[in-house]
Amino acid sequence: MIVRPWSALLLCAALAAVSALSPAASPWAPVAAQVRQDPAPPTFVDAAEEARFRALVGRLRCVMCQNQSLADSDAMIAHDLRREILRRMREGKSDAQIEAFLVERYSEFVLYQPTVEPRNWLLWFGPGLLLLGGGLVVWRIVRRQRAAAAGTGEDRDASAPATATAPDDKEEW
Amino acid sequence: MIRRFWPLLAFAALAVLLYAGVRMNSGRDTSAIASPLIGKPAPAFTLPVLGQPGRVVSRADLLGKPYLLNVWGSWCVNCRDEHPVISALARSGRVRVIGYDYKDEPADAQRWLAQLGDPYEFSLADEEGRVALDWGIYGAPESYLVDARGIVRWKFVGPLDDAIVSGQLEPVLASLEAGK
Repeated sequence: MIVRPWSALLLCAALAAVSALSPAASPWAPVAAQVRQDPAPPTFVDAAEEARFRALVGRLRCVMCQNQSLADSDAMIAHDLRREILRRMREGKSDAQIEAFLVERYSEFVLYQPTVEPRNWLLWFGPGLLLLGGGLVVWRIVRRQRAAAAGTGEDRDASAPATATAPDDKEEW
Repeated sequence: MIRRFWPLLAFAALAVLLYAGVRMNSGRDTSAIASPLIGKPAPAFTLPVLGQPGRVVSRADLLGKPYLLNVWGSWCVNCRDEHPVISALARSGRVRVIGYDYKDEPADAQRWLAQLGDPYEFSLADEEGRVALDWGIYGAPESYLVDARGIVRWKFVGPLDDAIVSGQLEPVLASLEAGK
């Protein structure tokens, strides 16, 4: 297999297209959001509770203002969800249980960090594959140049024919 | 020789992919979240009925016939645009149309209905918006179609219009009737 820069480019394009096709990328919310000052901002019993709450809502995406986290959003639904999350924290629910509660109702969309499952594999492992592909390209180029340098400069060793390139295999760009 | 054209081919492939992405997303509301409730039972709830003190309705009371649950609020501007569509649907008798008055002052809500006309068989009143979380409601208008057995069959986020009613809602209704 000969890996060329264009194949890395194609992989990149495929990833870009996949992310464009996913429904999760739009910042527009055409539905009316009633934005008003939170009449009852959350109050915390101690610093640990506040830290846990802030960490949790920072990991969750607001369903209405989709380019904001639940922590940042001032949409009405974000107020309600924050209040619900705090209520569930005080009921003794774990972070995972609270996240599951939201996913059941508002889908995995609310998670900034998607779950590792087959339909998300490209998302999770795509960048690694891309890096691997790029590394392979660089390795090929370096090896070819080294072979070319060895061919013109020093004496070829016994394994040289294996690395010699065919005339039409030259890098033209 | 063909090697010379690889960059051009790569560019063409990239262009086709990106164009396909744009095309497949045009005409679709990409910000609408698909409801994980589709195909699952509607959440259990018990809510008061707007304008009928003392009357409460729960999930079990609505079994037996399919209904369209239309989320609205007097504060919701798009609901005003949607109102004639909902009214026409209710008049047609095609499906029970039940309102869901979301995060609203009861007095404002009743004034709104008096002004524009009340197309709903009745409206559930969720002043706090607590039950709305179980439905996965995050704004208004939203519409749910729930079948006779209480299973959520369809959801639409945003104002319904004639094209959506005939193109999406009607086929689902027809399939429900065919499945009987």
